[in-house]
Amino acid sequence: MDWFTAARWSPYVVGIGIGILSWVAFYISDKPLGCSTAFARTSGMLEMLLRKERTKERPYFREFAPVIDWQWMLVLGLVIGAFVSAMSSGSFSLRWVPDLWASSFGAHAFPRLMTALNGGILIGFGSRWAGGCTSGHGISGTLQLAVSGWIAVLCFFIGGVLTAFMIY
Amino acid sequence: MLEELRKNRNFQLFTGLLIGIFFGFLLQRGGVTYFDVIIGQLLLQDFTVLKVMLVAVLVGMVGVHYMVHKGYASWHIKDGSIGKTVVGGLIFGVGFAVLGYCPGTLTGAIGQGSLDALFGGLTGILLGSWFFSLIFPYVRDHIYGWGDFGQLVFKDVIKKEPWKVVAGFGVGIVVFLGILELAGL
Repeated sequence: MDWFTAARWSPYVVGIGIGILSWVAFYISDKPLGCSTAFARTSGMLEMLLRKERTKERPYFREFAPVIDWQWMLVLGLVIGAFVSAMSSGSFSLRWVPDLWASSFGAHAFPRLMTALNGGILIGFGSRWAGGCTSGHGISGTLQLAVSGWIAVLCFFIGGVLTAFMIY
Repeated sequence: MLEELRKNRNFQLFTGLLIGIFFGFLLQRGGVTYFDVIIGQLLLQDFTVLKVMLVAVLVGMVGVHYMVHKGYASWHIKDGSIGKTVVGGLIFGVGFAVLGYCPGTLTGAIGQGSLDALFGGLTGILLGSWFFSLIFPYVRDHIYGWGDFGQLVFKDVIKKEPWKVVAGFGVGIVVFLGILELAGL
């Protein structure tokens, strides 16, 4: 069982696993793998704490109701699965600052948190604008040979590579 | 039987959770939930992220096309336009490099104990999604229309039998991965 506790698996094994998982999602749930809509639904659930039923009247939430659905549970499961993986390989550790960040900008948590917050805002905003993220467009869209999926993932990487070269 | 299961809400919530657990396990074990690996990809030094994605696309593409062909599954094609897909995709890309995670890998990073993902990134994604929901009616009415191509698929663009298009993309992915390996990346 050494393979089970290995810290890293080959990207090829992991890719095959995710590909098969997409078959299961299409077959059993009639749904493609995706993540970012769940965050939009959650933001609507939080708005509902303040504005109650009026939240549901907003055009966006009429299309993407602020409720717990299949994908929301998938995102919840994702946290659990990553936790199980990290624990079983001994990789779990509570850390504020990633190594590569620390080597460029130092080990203080606050600048990293502020940057992550701003990056998160852009990611949340951009994924909802484009109608999907690296999973929904980048894996599920591309594997269906959707033009939207391939253009989206191309733009994710063009924007990402140019920005990364400017930052690091 | 399958139709019943697809309509059974509780079964589907449970299935979603289960699929998510496997997805999270694979992402974490593949190393793509690490900030260093994702930024390494965007700096074109570490190609783990692209390898995982392209192999998943290759395997998924063959299986899903087969299932739809046999009537076991149906398409879920997202519509797109220049105003929607390109503009949103580029905003996402900038955020990808600034945050160092995408929505799925951020979620996995939370599970492995990355506190920058939990306290910085998660808050940001929720805020960003919510901001978008506020301006959505304007964007939909004024920007989504630019260069609209709808639910276009490559089989409609490349006028060949579907299996040839799938085979073409498959060969393209294998060749690309082969070049990466030969280049030692």
